[in-house]
Amino acid sequence: MADYQNLFTTVQPTSHHLHMGVPLGPYNSPRDFKPWLFHLLGRFGNAQIGPIYLGRLGLASLFCGLLWFTIIGMNMLASVNWDPIQFIKQLFWLSLDPPSPAYGLSMPPINDGGWFIIAGFFFLASVLLWWARMYTRARELGMGTHIAWAFAAAIWLALVLGLFRPVLMGSWSEAVPYGIFSHLDWTAAFSLRYGNLFYNPFHALSIAFLYGSALLFAMHGATILAVGRYGGEREIEQIVDRGTASERAALFWRWTMGFNATMESIHRWAWWFAVLCPLTGGIGILLTGTVVDNWYLWAIKHGVAPPYPELWAPTPDPATLNLGAK
Amino acid sequence: MSTTFHRVLAARLFAGVALLGGLLTLTGCERGAPFERPPVDSVQSGYRGTGMTQVYNPRILEPQIEKNQPPAALPPAPSEGPKASQVYQNVKVLGHLSTAEFVRHMTAITAWVAPNEGCTYCHNPANFAEDSKYTKVVARRMIQMTQHINVDWQQHVSNTGVTCYTCHRGQPVPSKIWFTAPPQEKRADFIGTKNGQNTPDMDSVKGASLPYDHYTEYFKEAKPIRVAGDTALPTGNRSSIQQGEFTYGLMMHMSDSLGVNCTYCHNTRSFASWAESPPQRTTAWYGIRMVRDLNLAYMEDLTDVFPQDRKGPLGDVAKVNCATCHQGAYKPLYGAKMAKDHPELTTLVQVVAGAGAGGGAGDAKALAATAAAVAGGGAGSGGKATGK
Repeated sequence: MADYQNLFTTVQPTSHHLHMGVPLGPYNSPRDFKPWLFHLLGRFGNAQIGPIYLGRLGLASLFCGLLWFTIIGMNMLASVNWDPIQFIKQLFWLSLDPPSPAYGLSMPPINDGGWFIIAGFFFLASVLLWWARMYTRARELGMGTHIAWAFAAAIWLALVLGLFRPVLMGSWSEAVPYGIFSHLDWTAAFSLRYGNLFYNPFHALSIAFLYGSALLFAMHGATILAVGRYGGEREIEQIVDRGTASERAALFWRWTMGFNATMESIHRWAWWFAVLCPLTGGIGILLTGTVVDNWYLWAIKHGVAPPYPELWAPTPDPATLNLGAK
Repeated sequence: MSTTFHRVLAARLFAGVALLGGLLTLTGCERGAPFERPPVDSVQSGYRGTGMTQVYNPRILEPQIEKNQPPAALPPAPSEGPKASQVYQNVKVLGHLSTAEFVRHMTAITAWVAPNEGCTYCHNPANFAEDSKYTKVVARRMIQMTQHINVDWQQHVSNTGVTCYTCHRGQPVPSKIWFTAPPQEKRADFIGTKNGQNTPDMDSVKGASLPYDHYTEYFKEAKPIRVAGDTALPTGNRSSIQQGEFTYGLMMHMSDSLGVNCTYCHNTRSFASWAESPPQRTTAWYGIRMVRDLNLAYMEDLTDVFPQDRKGPLGDVAKVNCATCHQGAYKPLYGAKMAKDHPELTTLVQVVAGAGAGGGAGDAKALAATAAAVAGGGAGSGGKATGK
């Protein structure tokens, strides 16, 4: 007999009539694309693909995002003399870099950071339009706007990195390059320039929420799967009509660690952990260079960084020794 | 059902492990690859728990040590007898040696620099004294440079010193040299600038996206290396992140040239702090100044002497960096004391005093320039050495 599981389903409950979704109110665009069934995706989620709601906000966001993507791609392609083979081979190393520090906040020449500024503008427009789209779609479905505000937390971090902090520092050169390895190099250089970001307490908080999110996600996912045999995945029903799945899940955590979240509160835990990760991270980045110049020295000053026992006689900075030559 | 399930699970696990193994095999070609397969040896070099550790891969180290052995020293020559300057013509730097010592040096330098080419790599066989071959002019200047290093840069080379072999290793041109990178061909300069970075085939940054001409920044020009501020709160340090990337590139070069981790010279919790740094950092600090001094006072000076095909794409002369001597070893030739067998290279000769010995016309000018370079080179770099 075929059996139903809630992950890697052997049986996919689908309808003969593909679902177009609820009727839309006034001032809405029609939905696009005829829906179809995709069996393989049905093993990971819902087998029905589409329809999708594009709307004006969605189209405008996609347009800006595509421009951003194309500007970066064309710059990368041009940097290897329009050689598609080299473009693929060197892709991870290629980059669209911000202007040189000499340009400050002025508009640099087009090929010395100008494209970066233009791309950044379209990135900003695209992301904000997408945020508005998420907000209005949620409202249209009569939902809360939690997803939009969680997305806003991520936008906050992106804006700090590419807009707020460069403006406060007075130079677009502080922004993060668009490239795989170049943005990683930027991250390392940023930490070196500002005296080790690991001593930035907001960076520490951000990491705690990042790892915390992963841990909470794993705990919650495991708990729900473990009580799936009692209908535990129907979480929302269990909130208002707590059944045996919910009771067992709660008892499990109360027995193992003395405290348990509820079917509702676990999702608030998860939401706040996820949202606080970019929120605190953004604060940490914003303070770097504007308020604190060397996080290691800051940590020494405030007793955060411990002194180590001396294992060798410390050598003085040779630049401070006036030895005449050499 | 249960057995089927377990069989499927086992098959999936096996596929996963096989895939991972395949990936490791693909990426695991040791030197030059981003990953080295275990096991590696790690040696703690600082306080516990601080990550002050040197990592050594015995499979890389073994051939590397073999490659970096010094050649056997020639038997010492008597210092009695007539001086080289009295016997030979146009001997400007080593004229104070006895003839036997002089010939011993010439034998050694041939083995070190041009073992296949022989004497005629530098000398005109019809007249050994004349300076018609550029290689002879360069060699003379390089002997002076070696003396200068051994006498004036002991903060870096200590009493181990260097010889011609330290860099040349039996090759007329040392294998690790650098030229200033040519600017990117930007056509209409409208799109696609590389910003002097993002070029994986540049050897100087070892496959990173970092700025690739840091040699020119630090080993020719004295651009500030220190980017971190020395106060907790902002007090006017305007170093940019892009400067930080240049510094990072230089440090990667040093790490790669010496075959060491960052922690050989730094406590990584604060790269800038001298109080936290192992004493090797001081040696390295002088090394950077030494390299710059050698490039400015000796190599650049020879620009017009070298033929075009020995120069870089911008017509600049070959220059030295850390790898020129170190070649992957924390001490060149793993600290073999070659120079002690060649006292002629560890004393700075008063070139002007010996000038009359065999010099032709034009010599006085060259010697004066040499003396000025020797005296001024060190002091000049000292002035520029202050970092920021």
